[in-house]
Amino acid sequence: MTELLASLGRTSLASFERLGRGSLFFCAVVARLGTLLPRLELVLAQVWAVGVRSLVIIVVSGAFVGMVLALQGYNTLVTFGAAESLGVVVAKSLTRELGPVLAALLFAGRAGSALTAEIGLMRATEQLSALEMMAIDPLSRVVAPRFVAGIIALPLLAAIFTAVGIVGGYLCGVGLLGVDDGAFWSQMQSHVALGADIGNGVVVKSIIFGLVVTWIALFEGYDAIPTSEGVAAATTRTVVNSSLAVLGLDFVLTGLMFN
Amino acid sequence: MSTEALVQIRGVSYARGARAIFEAIDLEIPRGKITAILGPSGGGKTTLLRLIGGQLTPASGQVMIFGRDVNTLSTPALYAARKRMGMLFQSGALLTDLDVFDNVAFPLREHTTLSESMIRSVVLMKLEVVGLRAARHLFPRELSGGMARRVALARAIVLDPEMIMYDEPFAGQDPISMGILVRLIRELNETLGLTSIIVSHDVTETASIADQMYLIAGGKVVGHGSSAELLASQQAGVAQFMHGNPDGPMPFHYPGAPYLDDLLNPTST
Repeated sequence: MTELLASLGRTSLASFERLGRGSLFFCAVVARLGTLLPRLELVLAQVWAVGVRSLVIIVVSGAFVGMVLALQGYNTLVTFGAAESLGVVVAKSLTRELGPVLAALLFAGRAGSALTAEIGLMRATEQLSALEMMAIDPLSRVVAPRFVAGIIALPLLAAIFTAVGIVGGYLCGVGLLGVDDGAFWSQMQSHVALGADIGNGVVVKSIIFGLVVTWIALFEGYDAIPTSEGVAAATTRTVVNSSLAVLGLDFVLTGLMFN
Repeated sequence: MSTEALVQIRGVSYARGARAIFEAIDLEIPRGKITAILGPSGGGKTTLLRLIGGQLTPASGQVMIFGRDVNTLSTPALYAARKRMGMLFQSGALLTDLDVFDNVAFPLREHTTLSESMIRSVVLMKLEVVGLRAARHLFPRELSGGMARRVALARAIVLDPEMIMYDEPFAGQDPISMGILVRLIRELNETLGLTSIIVSHDVTETASIADQMYLIAGGKVVGHGSSAELLASQQAGVAQFMHGNPDGPMPFHYPGAPYLDDLLNPTST
């Protein structure tokens, strides 16, 4: 029993200690954001790496999610004679929840894991040490551009995911299931609000998710044990922790925004 | 501090967890000379370079470099000091997303306002010194271990440092690469007036170019002198390392319970 308690205590202390280090890391990165102003090309290169290179998975997933939403929504709505509202169901679901959340989960799996592996391998192969010895701050030169890029890229990816999802829902609902074309768009236009739905969902949620996922991914890479095993474990932790953080935060944000 | 010493290590102790790496060691690196730090693997030689570079902080003692205690320097002052030193990492530590040219140009682009044409000239000159001017378009993944270290050497000297630290420059090299590296280190030291610190366990190669050598074992300096003095030393630990004798004060086995106890005790892990 004592052993169990001691083990629990050790695990808890280690978790808090890690959270503390993660917070200090976050503050250190934020403090260096000003150094990026004269070097925006570093940020753009990373937006390309984490954003543009994630486009395929975002577009394909968005299309399928939109089509599945239309199929499921139509089956329910048609029971109540409200099939014309399909556009609203698809658009509200995507803008408020599925767009930002699924884009963030895919971003964590595609770009987050890549960031962790890249930074972790840079540490394992002494590239970060080499930068320090060349009098170059790795947090300013390597971490900060990726951090900003993640915050910029995810809202853009979520917007693309949502737009493609709506088009997918349209193709499935109007093209396949025979929902009226005009009703699909006009209902969506009158019920989806720019600020409440798109602003809160696609913009605010995605910025927060982008910040959290990128922070976790970069910290895990920077803090990884510099071995192949350590980098692999850090990459796994990035996907698990950032996915859980996105889902937990989504509940909190939804509660604050829509209730 | 002696005017001749570029680096002076005074009573430095350093521990990793419960394991002491150094216990109050003293070393002096004279300006313009090649100083070799020898010792068995895992003895803390690389740690010593990181202490000199200010990447690690000793538990006690002082690391004086360019006349100042490296651990009391502010971050800008520390970075200014690092611009005056180069370091060749054991793995080369080249940036894998940049080709050879951009790796060597990297410190120039970060720290200077030189035009691209000027940077090109400087980089090509440095690559010519290490014999890899024609390999400037290759990426690190396309280089052999020896070539990667030569590129890293070109990068380390591109800002014309006063001091350069070599971490195991000869480890895992074929005889030709090793010979090239030995020659390069000697020539660079003479032609550029550098101060060099070589951390190694390759006795023959290091002894052939070092002006003075320190032998570190068990967290202490166990030998110090010229190559000839250490090679001729009768001190048990020094003689064992310099001549590669299996028996001596440096044990082959990692410290632990007696072999017989381990074999006969089934509960032992």
